[in-house]
Amino acid sequence: MSVKTIAGVEVNVSEEGYLENMSQWNEEIAKEIASELGIELTPKHFELINYLRKKTADKEALTIRSVGKSGIVDVKGLYELFPKGPLKFSSKIAGIPKPTSCI
Amino acid sequence: METIAVEKKIVAKEKKPLEKVCIICAKGNLEDVYASLVMANGAVMEGIETNLFFTFFGLEGITKKSMNHLHTATTGNPAMKMPGGLPFPTMLGGLPGVESAVSGMMRKQMEDLDMPPVDEFLEMITAGGGKIYACKLAVDMFKLKKEDLSDEVDSIITIGQFYELCDGDRTQIIFT
Repeated sequence: MSVKTIAGVEVNVSEEGYLENMSQWNEEIAKEIASELGIELTPKHFELINYLRKKTADKEALTIRSVGKSGIVDVKGLYELFPKGPLKFSSKIAGIPKPTSCI
Repeated sequence: METIAVEKKIVAKEKKPLEKVCIICAKGNLEDVYASLVMANGAVMEGIETNLFFTFFGLEGITKKSMNHLHTATTGNPAMKMPGGLPFPTMLGGLPGVESAVSGMMRKQMEDLDMPPVDEFLEMITAGGGKIYACKLAVDMFKLKKEDLSDEVDSIITIGQFYELCDGDRTQIIFT
């Protein structure tokens, strides 16, 4: 665990750059992590990010299948929002732990 | 006398992530098809270019009629256990209907873990850009046509074309 300054805020991050404490997250942090990953966040991204944060706060395991059934995006839409990392990149930007699901 | 100076080399190990996987599914048991599907979908989720090639009995996994009704073998499978954990008697596994019932139970348990049925799993893989292929030789052997196969199947290709898809020095071929 290390401390990193993202968007002017000191946050605790894991070795791979995931926020250790989701309550340290804000939208500016999300934008900065996203731009490092080459993603520009749209309102649709934020809708999904907030959904992921809520599910994580409720301690529900995330899979791309469940996100695809969230009513926000389907699986294809999820890949379009977060190319090459539908769960990994979205989780990183949402300030939640690295996903542990295999599906 | 000659002395040979050995230069000490300190080489920083560069990480070379996998760029492409080509997965071959050659068996039609429930667990074999799912092993291929989970590996393919996992690769797509990691941003790895993915080709999934179905051949011989593996074609069961992409044939519309059979793909959502795959069975697991209840005979000749020493790992099979009764629901309480006791060994599953081989004699019992051979009785009519037992394989269907056990396979149904397996599918139910998989659904509980959010593992989708085969048709939906194939859609998830192609939604992320993974490609699914059928082996021409096996398709001819089983007298199947393109329309018998899932709509997610990209095309029916020869083994030569499959190897052409496997180019690149960070490519791995996985046979399940």
